[in-house]
Amino acid sequence: MSVLSVRDLHVTYRTKGGDVPAVRDVTFDIDRGHVLGLAGESGCGKSTIAGAILRLHSARTRIEGEISLEGQDVLALRPGPLRAVRWTGASIIFQGALHALNPVREVGDQIAEAITVHKLAGEREARVRTAELLEQVGLPARRIDDYPHELSGGQKQRVMIAMALACNPSLVIADEPTTALDVMVQAQVLQLLKSLQRELGLAMLFITHDLSVLAEVSDRIAIMYAGKIVEEGAADRVFHEPAHPYTTALAGAFPEIGDMRFRGKPSGLGGDPPDPQHIPSGCPFHPRCPVAIDACPTLDVDLWSAGEDRRAACIHVSGAPSFSEAST
Amino acid sequence: MSDTALERHEQTMGEPIIEVRGLEVSFAGRTSLLQGFRRDKVSVATAVDGVDLTLHEGEVLALAGESGCGKTTLARAIMGLIRPNAGQILFRGKPLGRKLHAYRREVQMVFQDPTASLNPRQTIYESVAEGLRIHGIHQGPNGETEEELVARALSQAGLRPPQRFYLLFPHELSGGQRQRVVIAGALVLDPKVIVADEPVSNLDASVRGEILQLLLKVRDELRLSILIVTHDLGLAWTVADRVAVMYLGRIVEAGPAEDVLLHPRHPYTKALLNVVPEAGGIDRPILLGEPPDPTRIPPGCRFHPRCPVVATGEAAKLGIEERCRGEDVGLEELAPGHLAACYEAWIERDSITSPLPAPSTREDPRTLGP
Repeated sequence: MSVLSVRDLHVTYRTKGGDVPAVRDVTFDIDRGHVLGLAGESGCGKSTIAGAILRLHSARTRIEGEISLEGQDVLALRPGPLRAVRWTGASIIFQGALHALNPVREVGDQIAEAITVHKLAGEREARVRTAELLEQVGLPARRIDDYPHELSGGQKQRVMIAMALACNPSLVIADEPTTALDVMVQAQVLQLLKSLQRELGLAMLFITHDLSVLAEVSDRIAIMYAGKIVEEGAADRVFHEPAHPYTTALAGAFPEIGDMRFRGKPSGLGGDPPDPQHIPSGCPFHPRCPVAIDACPTLDVDLWSAGEDRRAACIHVSGAPSFSEAST
Repeated sequence: MSDTALERHEQTMGEPIIEVRGLEVSFAGRTSLLQGFRRDKVSVATAVDGVDLTLHEGEVLALAGESGCGKTTLARAIMGLIRPNAGQILFRGKPLGRKLHAYRREVQMVFQDPTASLNPRQTIYESVAEGLRIHGIHQGPNGETEEELVARALSQAGLRPPQRFYLLFPHELSGGQRQRVVIAGALVLDPKVIVADEPVSNLDASVRGEILQLLLKVRDELRLSILIVTHDLGLAWTVADRVAVMYLGRIVEAGPAEDVLLHPRHPYTKALLNVVPEAGGIDRPILLGEPPDPTRIPPGCRFHPRCPVVATGEAAKLGIEERCRGEDVGLEELAPGHLAACYEAWIERDSITSPLPAPSTREDPRTLGP
């Protein structure tokens, strides 16, 4: 059984300026021990999904569909059980590790708090467990009494990882966990996350705009554009042989060194990311698409089969309805 | 950089436009009141510690390294925004004096965050025209009006038709368009050099390529020289003619982009290349430790405390460990135009008895396989 199963998820922010459909009809599963990478540029709805899984959005935000975490219907949970699921069922590592820690409390206390609040252990036991967690994320246990300002950016992110693991969750959501870090430290943190994930058999949802990072840590990748998943498949195949033109453009933004196709030729997309309040008709990518045809602006796109074990929402993939069919 | 190496290298490039010679920049660290009373030694961060670097006409040079390596400080010193403690910057062979007004017209800077570079209460027209007004330019060399100059800069930066943007404010534009406005603001002064500090790291992935394409296009059309400061070697691969890698205030490897990125010789460059994410590559060796502290520069080769060649005992086997730990190392040429500051790289070079064949990549990069 999947650890996380998301079905037909719609998330709509309700603002003074009208409704903003941030996530539109998203479906995916994550199994135990598997990593799903979610990529897309800012505003595509990828962080909104993370918030919906833990129900972090305000009550005004409309969430429709089904989110099931270890068989529990997250969207139907009452506040008490919901609090129990947060952190023990699923935890999250945020982008801003540098701001997520309380500056006036020792980091050990902040990790232990997660354990004691969930009544998983008494204070003394929680402290022992915290020390173990710190060692697990590669920090010496004596750092338990340090304040956040005594740690570097990479070390703070390690503390955040320890915190996310404190209550043995079955799902860890990593939302841009390395974006603010330096290149070398980013690689260290990625390696740590990946090895912990393997060791503990965690299910993980890994969110970033950097497709090359995803290709490295994920088993599967889903690409989002304008609130929808537009391509989905095994990580290295999506990265190396993109089926959707948007994926091609994203992959081109993080070229591999030595790939002569990109030498002296940075690849880019025309146009700007879509405004979620004014999503283009038909295939939402058509105004920026280099291979758009006449049918695209009116096409009702769906995730069609794009070869074995992968799907893409583009008229050019093999599983799409034929051109004549689409144009009639 | 030895003179002969420099000369030989320059034959293949355009004329040098900016030359940095032995540049040093340091900042006094913070001291507490108590330390002041006790007259404790003030810790000094040496951000740039003796750098030689040449930017040639029409060239794109990428300056790479991790945060705190001094790359931004070096760029700012080149712009004349920070006064160096020692060393010289030459523009077209003439040292910069105290009068930087004219120089600043020729050398324009593009910063990382376009939202922070633009005044939110100024229209796009005002933002672009500001440089002209500061420099007291009322008409172009061929009698163009201010409006014509602004319109031309905006369309060179890809904002067409320019008139449509005149009265807009920065918040009405997307991130990519804002960065284009910043670039237009640089181009309006008809500069010879653009120094771009992480010009695309704040932009959305799909927009980055367009901004980089724009920089390459203006380089070709206006024959500009561009210095790009970046932490991203993948970016250097897509745009740079030459790459210089910085570590703790020094350039440790420099050369044609293909040579440095495909055949790195300095262990630090190799380590940086190792952390460029790659499909299925998470298990490769990664340099441990935090970025080094510029207030405590280690003796010998400044990379030796993190160097895998030293740590694995390879250096001891080669008989260079003592030099690595104790003897400061400067840049030496390995192949034409390819320099590295590493004892191990020199041994490797010297072990090849026959003269090095000139890398064919210099003539036509496209002949080289991926």
